[in-house]
Formats: sequence, C-alpha cells, structure tokens
Amino acid sequence: MSLDITKINPHFEDVMPQEYIDLVKNGPFGNEKSQKDLGTFKELLEEHPLCAGCNLALAFRILVGSLPNPEDTIIVGSTGCSSLAFSQLALHNIHSVFGNQNAVATGLKTALRLRFPDKIKDVIVMAGDGATADIGLDMTLHSWFRGDKITTVMFDNELYANTGGQESGMSVRDTVLYMAPKGKKFNKINLPDMAIAAGCSYVAVVSTARTKPISDCFKKAVLITREIGPTYIQIYTPCPTNLKIKPYESKKVATDRSKSDYQFREHITDDAKKYLESLKP
Amino acid sequence: MQKENYKVLKGPESYLPPAAALHGVSLPEKGEGLIEGKCVSENTCIQYIALKLLEAKNPTFFPGPLLLWRTTEYALQRGKLVREIAKEVNARVIPMPDYRPKYPMINPAVEINPNHPNLTIWHNKIDVGIFIGVHCHQANLALKIIRGGTDCYTIALCAEEGHEEANASLRNADNKILQKLLETIKEIKKGGAK
Repeated sequence: MSLDITKINPHFEDVMPQEYIDLVKNGPFGNEKSQKDLGTFKELLEEHPLCAGCNLALAFRILVGSLPNPEDTIIVGSTGCSSLAFSQLALHNIHSVFGNQNAVATGLKTALRLRFPDKIKDVIVMAGDGATADIGLDMTLHSWFRGDKITTVMFDNELYANTGGQESGMSVRDTVLYMAPKGKKFNKINLPDMAIAAGCSYVAVVSTARTKPISDCFKKAVLITREIGPTYIQIYTPCPTNLKIKPYESKKVATDRSKSDYQFREHITDDAKKYLESLKP
Repeated sequence: MQKENYKVLKGPESYLPPAAALHGVSLPEKGEGLIEGKCVSENTCIQYIALKLLEAKNPTFFPGPLLLWRTTEYALQRGKLVREIAKEVNARVIPMPDYRPKYPMINPAVEINPNHPNLTIWHNKIDVGIFIGVHCHQANLALKIIRGGTDCYTIALCAEEGHEEANASLRNADNKILQKLLETIKEIKKGGAK
C-alpha cells in the first residue's frame, strides 16, 4: 500500500512532468539506497537554494539518499538554512515553528501509530543547532526523556547562519562571528552526552569530512529508533558564508576539525546492539 | 448564512484578495453547489459548469496529488472520467503532482506551480481552470491567488465540502457526479453548443 502512493494514475502518465516519472522509475522508493549510490538514481533533493560549498547541503543529500524506507518516512524540520531545502524535497515533510520540531514529531509519531498500527513509519527530525540545542532544547530533551521513537539529526554549523551569524550554544568558546564580535563567552554545549544521559539508544557524532559514516550511522539510527528508542546524530557542517571560508575549502575545515575536537564517536546501548545484530541476515 | 452580498467573481481582484469566507460566503450543503459565492442546487451547478467549460477558449484541468498518485479502482475510474470530460470540452491537462514551490523556475506548459499559480495561469492565458484532486487547504490557497491576480475563471470539483474561493464549486463530486457532468456536456453539445 505504501508503495502504491508512488505509482502514477495511468490516465495521467502522459501529462506527468518527466521529473516525477524519473522518481517513480529510477528513484529510491522501494529500493534502498546509500551514499555510495548517489549519482546513480533520481534523488529526492536535486535543487536547493543553499550557498556554494554548504556542508549542510552535502549532509542533507547523503541523509535523504540513505533513508531505509523513504515512502514511509516523514521528516520534521525547523527554521534555519535546512528549511530552505526542505521545500524542494520530494518527500513528506513538515516545517515546524522554530524549536518545536521534536514536539511536533512526537505528536506525528503518535498519530501515525494510531492510524497505521501495522506499519512502520519513520519520523525523523532534521534541524540546525539553533533549533535543536538552543531554542528547542526543551522539546528535544523531553522527547528523549519520554523515549519517543524519533530519530533526531542536528546539522551543527555552530552558529545561526540564516540570520547573519549569531553565536549559538553549539559555537565553540571564543569564536568570533559577524554578530558575536567579542567572541563567545561560554563553552560549546555537549549535546551528545546529554542525549546519552537522557536515554537515547544510539548517539553518533560525525562530520562531512567523511560521507560513509554519515550514511551508516543514520541508517543504524533509523532502524534502532523503530524498535528500541530515540536516537541522535550530530553532524558537523561548517558554514562557508559565515565562517568566511572559500566554498572549495569548506570540506577541508570539516576534515581538520574531525581530526581535532570534532572526532567521530558513537554510543550504542546493549539493547540496540542486539537488535542490530538480529537484523543481520 | 451569508452576511452580505459578496460575489466571488473572476479576478484580478487585488494583490491579496479577501478570503471569501470573511465576506460571509459559506460552503454548500449536501445536494448543493456554489456559483460565485451563492449556493444553488447541485443540478444547476453541474449545468452551469458544463456550459462554462464548453464556452471556454482555453479550459485547463489541474489534477492534484489525490488523483495523480492513486491507482485504486475508484481512482482509475475517476482519472478516466476526467480525461473524458477534458476531451469532450477540448481542455488541456496540466498536473499539480505535489505542492513544492518549483525552484528556480518551471515550465508552465507542463505543470502548475502550486505556490505561484497566477504566473502559470497568465503565461498560458487559461480562461477557465478546473481543480480536482487537490488537497483542501492548498486548493483554497491557489484558488485565491488565481482570483487575486488573473482573470481565470476557477472551478473546483471537490470530493469533500466544496471551495468557497472558487468561482464555481461542486461538493461531494464523486464519480457519479463526474459522470453526470460528462453526460450534461454531451447533451449541451448535442443541442448545438461549441
């Protein structure tokens, strides 16, 4: 039934724009993809208005290209740069009020469970650091405390990029930004540890320096969320516009940080580990 | 209950036209339709829509996601009926497969831009546009934008409760009603129209 909604009514096949025909014939629906397949199939996000060299755009592309079950996935976004790309995404998505994304996702997950009790519906939150760790920290933490089966992904560019470069709780101490000329006065929020303490079954910290871990960790997170509990992925996505980096150098910044203070790390509970083992053929 | 005598006429009304509901235009009851903000009987509305379609120079159907992405028996029949009606009145079909704002631009001859439908309507000089299978909120929004910015006459064949933002709207427009509309068109044609 889920895949039926990605089939075109044959009486309108002759007038459907080619883009949609390609999505049906050569898209990811019913045909699981991962980051290594990018470029070989019709992607759910092909055009977006984000800046040249934007690492968020790269991470976004990898994530939506790695969805285990796109036809049964709903993404909840929030205010920020990512929301500009959401509207171009060929997937069900909801834009929530700034910071409310996890609360909206909780309601959505509950409604979907009641409406489709026999079906797996993946609810995934994708938002920036401002929405997740500052303005929406309350909503984020409480969804974890409640054990809501939601995957939360944070695009961590360590500032408010969309509004001109204010410091966020995720900015590194002493960082000087367009709208933080004296430098940030306190430490970066340690959200991964907070996620573990709040009861997330799986937590991963990755960066756009390497794309495979983003895809792998994200897939694991979505699968664990279905059966075990909330999961959290934090992706470092440096912003070339606000960090005054040349677009072609932004990946290097991610690489450098991934070798110093933004290293890959992963936390998985025993339950989650067992569950992933049980899925192996 | 209509508070004032506001008529939902074809535009261009204004850059941001007022919501028809704010002028007291209410949705039709069962067995009724809506013509320019006034509730009339379903049969009168079918007759009126049939005539409008036949009189149009460049009528265009805008099927929405509820019709385009369905392969149930009912939807297949509905699709067939819509294409038959379109053929009978010599209308084009421009789909609205989803509600994404098309960026950076679209080809208005191929699809309608749900967030800027007025641009699409202008470009094609469509004088009568028929919405069918478009989700309620998005339909009302697009219909209002079209009424605000263009002189396109809008018709909504709604499977739910009708659309007060359309110039003419049928409610509960199931396949039986579409069949009736098709037959009415054929009858009028026999009588000499178009």
